Amino acid sequence: MEIQNLHSVSFVVNKRLYAINVEPQHTLLDVLRDQLDITGPKECCGVGECGACTILLNGRAVNACLILAVEADGKEIVTIEGLGSPDSLSPMQKAFVDAGAVQCGFCTPGMIMAAQYLINNNPNPSEEDVRVALAGNLCRCTGYSRIIQAVLSVSQNNQAKAQA
Amino acid sequence: MQTFSYYHPTELSALFELMQQYPSAYKLLAGGTDLLVRLKSGRISPKAVIDIKAIPEIQGLIERVGEAFVIVALTLMADLESDPRIQQSYPALAEAVHNVGSVQIRNRATLAGNLCNASPAADSAPALLIYQASVVCLSPRGERTLALQDFITGPGKTALAADEIVKQIILPIPPTNQAAAFARLTRRKGVDLATINLCCQVNTNGLTRFVLGAVGPMPVIVEEKDGLLSSPDESETAKRACIESLMQKATPITDVRASKEYRQAMLAVLGYRVLVTALKRLGSGA
Repeated sequence: MEIQNLHSVSFVVNKRLYAINVEPQHTLLDVLRDQLDITGPKECCGVGECGACTILLNGRAVNACLILAVEADGKEIVTIEGLGSPDSLSPMQKAFVDAGAVQCGFCTPGMIMAAQYLINNNPNPSEEDVRVALAGNLCRCTGYSRIIQAVLSVSQNNQAKAQA
Repeated sequence: MQTFSYYHPTELSALFELMQQYPSAYKLLAGGTDLLVRLKSGRISPKAVIDIKAIPEIQGLIERVGEAFVIVALTLMADLESDPRIQQSYPALAEAVHNVGSVQIRNRATLAGNLCNASPAADSAPALLIYQASVVCLSPRGERTLALQDFITGPGKTALAADEIVKQIILPIPPTNQAAAFARLTRRKGVDLATINLCCQVNTNGLTRFVLGAVGPMPVIVEEKDGLLSSPDESETAKRACIESLMQKATPITDVRASKEYRQAMLAVLGYRVLVTALKRLGSGA
């Protein structure tokens, strides 16, 4: 019965192709974390309210907890692991570290993915744009100020580069 | 989450066959932002989940057809709120959709899905009703078009038959002598269901309409035809009194988000605010 109900899917995560079998009731978040050991996306609320599981699916920020793994067949996924590495942080990751935008860190991977999605689509956002873009990401530690500073500092760096 | 059979038909005929094969035991999956929450909670446990995202006839598209815009069923909330034509012709709808969930939700959720869930607190419904939207339903028996107020039949209930899907939503181009606005009250700004939501449309011919959400089993439509609310000569006091009496048609309940008394009181407050915004737009020709 179990075997009959498996679906073979293939998708790209952080530029690597995976061809795996998944159960229909498993979410993309379940499969990323438990089957592929990609644990950057976190499970927190599980119902799309906290954003800790935010990933990019075909370039769009989405909650991986509200997507079935079978739905991701043929898609391209980027998680926090796909942005930078511990030795070579991406500009957004570095901005979070520099601004002190991380305390317990549980929300950080999702927060950075939502922030990256904003910058990808709007390289020079206003503070209000940042607040709207991160409205779906909860942080219980920082009070958000430094997170917003971090995102704005990336856009200011973009502007500085454009002028240079 | 309980397991189920997952199907991903790529043709309309295959979709209709599956729907027949699992009478009243299937759920259609589009964005999944509501469906997965209900699957996870165990509130529903369908035998089959049918993913409709590969059906060619309902691929997301916003298109002008004659004197209307057609929003095809799989159109995402995010694509709707950012479409310049929607912002221009239906600003209250763009505002309402912009308030749904979060960026992550709007990148997945569809307008048709929001209507099919028929939540009394749905943000899109009041705006679509203000703009006189209708819903085209499709089944092996053919197509039929329902006015949106006839499509929504109760909390979580629609007029869709077991063999029917939503094909598209039709929005007539609004006349140039009207303007509309949307307002919403929530406990926090992001990712919250509306405590109340409402749309107001004013017309230069004196007609003012409100559609009220989250204050009854279905959106409530109220009208003022004597030109009092749209008149520049009437006092704020008179307008507020008029709105307060119009809002008596709402039948709010007390729930986790607010008491019925608070909802009733806030209807009058937001009603006046949204009227002022709509009148400003009417004045500026927007």
